[in-house]
Amino acid sequence: MCEVCGCGDAKKISVEVHASLLSDNDREARHLREHFVAAGVLALNVMGSPGSGKTALIEATAQALGGRLRLAAVSADLATSLDADRLARAGVPSAAITTGSACHLDATMVHHALHDGPLAAAVKGSDVFFLENVGNLVCPAIYDLGQAANVVVLSVTEGVDKPLKYPVMFRKADLVVLSKVDLLPYLQGVSVAAIRDNLMQVMPSAGFICLSATTGEGIQVFVDWLDALRIGRSRGVSAAERPEHSVVGPR
Amino acid sequence: MHEVSLVHALFDQVDRAIAPHPSSAARLLTVRIGELAGVETELFRTAFAGCKAERGYHAAMLEIEPEAAEWRCAECGATFPTGAPLQCTRCSGFARLFAGGDIILLRVELEVVDV
Repeated sequence: MCEVCGCGDAKKISVEVHASLLSDNDREARHLREHFVAAGVLALNVMGSPGSGKTALIEATAQALGGRLRLAAVSADLATSLDADRLARAGVPSAAITTGSACHLDATMVHHALHDGPLAAAVKGSDVFFLENVGNLVCPAIYDLGQAANVVVLSVTEGVDKPLKYPVMFRKADLVVLSKVDLLPYLQGVSVAAIRDNLMQVMPSAGFICLSATTGEGIQVFVDWLDALRIGRSRGVSAAERPEHSVVGPR
Repeated sequence: MHEVSLVHALFDQVDRAIAPHPSSAARLLTVRIGELAGVETELFRTAFAGCKAERGYHAAMLEIEPEAAEWRCAECGATFPTGAPLQCTRCSGFARLFAGGDIILLRVELEVVDV
């Protein structure tokens, strides 16, 4: 007779588990989060398509800050360290995470990267730590990296429908940065209003900033958002508790 | 393809579930996949079929329970129709994903193997 329900099959056992397949990653991410919070580091998971402007956003932010905040970064790509090298030239201590065939960062990869002596010291002493994820609007959204907030960079050149096509990514966003807005005059059928309307269907609450790393438009708004987030964290307020829909730039 | 990573995470969970039953073999794994979990069900099945032998679960079968996404207002609890903007028309509160965002191993059915 079955040990569980008394049915006639003595050989069957049903084990209830009810555990997320991401529980191991989430546990590692919690440790990272505790580490970042204890060190007073604002960690941001920066996601977006390849070429959306993730690296350019960090570069432009470093330039705008002019050293006022201490920055550090890891840049993930399937191959090369080009993005990390670029950020290092911009004055941001950076390391590359070459993921090989992995299309996303996970908490274990970040943990291993932080074993690098110089990077670990830079991150511990930083005010803002950018986790620049693999360019991909699908997989990175799933993995918690211990970040304080998710920043999703969406370029105007990707059209207006990406939020609807990739709802898993955009629902996780604490801030959507609409990049390359200087190109809007050349993009027929693309408007900030249409993108924002589509975002509202998949993303309940988040900041929304229009900017251009090329012209500098909106960069100060992003810096202000960073400052507000740092102040909020010091008061125990998370990114998710501060719904904002500030729109700057052309509509 | 992150489905492969998730399948290995599944087998890690199964390893833990089966450890107290050393004379058993896993026969059926029941997994709930949420609509907004970011997992493509057919790719997950393919990854499962491709990985189970190397993880020692040759005879294990996979049963998937899909779970639809359900958004509710974080303030008043109102539900949102599919495709509606995620700001509540009743109280202007923002939506919270109530269901359909996770991938969960629900249960492992084991068969005692005669020694």
